[in-house]
Amino acid sequence: MSNEVAIVGVGLHPFGRFGDKPALEMGADAIMLALDDAGLEWGDIEIAFGGSSGVSSPDSVTGMIGLTGIPFTRVSNACATSASAVRQAATAIRVGDAEIALAVGMDKHERGAFTGAPSSMAMPDWYGENGQFVTTKFFGMKASRYCETNNISHETLARVAAKAYRNGALNPNAFRRNPMEIEDILNSTMLNYPLTQYMFCSPDEGAAAVVLARADIAERYTDKPVYLRASEVHTRRYGAYEVHASWAAMEENDAPTVYAARAAFAKAGITPKDVDVIQLQDTDAGAEIIHMAECGFCEDGEQEKLLADGATEITGPLPINTDGGLIANGEPIGASGMRQVHEIVRQLRGEAGERQVGGNPQIGFAQVYGAPGVAAASIFSR
Amino acid sequence: MQKALAPDIWTWPEEPLQLIGSRCESCGAVTFPRQRRCPRCSKPQMVDLLLPSHGVISAWTTQGFPPKLPYAGGQTADTFVPFGMALVALGDVVQVEGRLTENDPAKLRIGLEVELRAVPFYTDENGDEVLTYAFEPINAGNTDDGSGR
Repeated sequence: MSNEVAIVGVGLHPFGRFGDKPALEMGADAIMLALDDAGLEWGDIEIAFGGSSGVSSPDSVTGMIGLTGIPFTRVSNACATSASAVRQAATAIRVGDAEIALAVGMDKHERGAFTGAPSSMAMPDWYGENGQFVTTKFFGMKASRYCETNNISHETLARVAAKAYRNGALNPNAFRRNPMEIEDILNSTMLNYPLTQYMFCSPDEGAAAVVLARADIAERYTDKPVYLRASEVHTRRYGAYEVHASWAAMEENDAPTVYAARAAFAKAGITPKDVDVIQLQDTDAGAEIIHMAECGFCEDGEQEKLLADGATEITGPLPINTDGGLIANGEPIGASGMRQVHEIVRQLRGEAGERQVGGNPQIGFAQVYGAPGVAAASIFSR
Repeated sequence: MQKALAPDIWTWPEEPLQLIGSRCESCGAVTFPRQRRCPRCSKPQMVDLLLPSHGVISAWTTQGFPPKLPYAGGQTADTFVPFGMALVALGDVVQVEGRLTENDPAKLRIGLEVELRAVPFYTDENGDEVLTYAFEPINAGNTDDGSGR
């Protein structure tokens, strides 16, 4: 157990819109909440990793909470930023660089779909000029193909979003807290067929932090340590058609989520059937459905019946995105994956309040996916 | 006068109209557009390859809102006309992403045959008409991918 890692504290700044409040202020708040949760002081942290897409120097937060001189490295890895920051913090503990480490994620995005310079994703300028450098277009393509080839109805897509808003209503930290009818979701503006406006998450603002400790000392700080059993990051392989691609090979390969999930389960010695509470990247309703199968929680096409039966609700056998996921929380890129960790830890500790899944959950799973084809899968246990 | 959005990625104005990709002389992988190293075997032995202009749709969607900059189309939310987007399998060579000339979901499906076209995109600051590549559905009435739609 000497190189095992446990999560001993989590903290979350609400996700949403917060006026002039800078991302770094939200990050500082999240760090203090996570430290309080662990009963630790900032001065106890030996190494830190700061995940952000928009904040160039997350270590600036030390000027607000304590200039302690520790190594503090920015991590930026698209929608896998948070998962990568947590993985780096865990690795630092495993290799003996620190006994106690912190990962924080923070971002403050403007409204509307993400964009930028195509060259930042190794794409030519014309790709953006031609209207192809749009992440949501890829999600529409993937969802329309998946629905058409696996007989998934548009109503089932809307069920995913309706569940997200319902769960968000139970989560005081969520951005969108108003339940929405399936009909209203289906009838909202078609953004990228078959995905309508309310089937997508929105870029927004927020922060989250996680305190990790070497497992053999974790019980000094908490009576409910949550062990990080695996944290795998994979990039796309030849043959996978991914976000921001002008072409794809004829021979098709699995998406990076498939490889990350498979590797995480193998490393943890756990199977999808063992998992009690699940977080999946629901950039859009189609993504949640597709990631269910890519992570091994069902076969392709089974989602139609599973969702009709309520399997993915908080009360179901496969509770997914119990805090409302990205659809209800929005996506501050650097913090989104740490929101997932926060919710899994709350659930495994039995602290999720109205959102608590039943049956004394022992094992949690979190997955993220983003441009230009990067995925992470993490497994947690009591 | 007319000009191409990206002159180096296709043969326009020459006929026949074809996209220009590259093929790895070592392992046979094909990319679009050209690139210097092979994304499958990493070797720097890529040679130009003219891609087939005929293909079938393997995935599609619609773009229902105006993309942010660097989009060159210039429309606002009021004037924007949604366009179709697809991944098209060109023969058995490579799948290429591009616009469709059709934006009606009822007329689009996997397996639909399409042909490469040069279509007007926008008028630049000099008054020149800029053309982009797009795929036009053909034989829409008599193709069948077995999906039953």
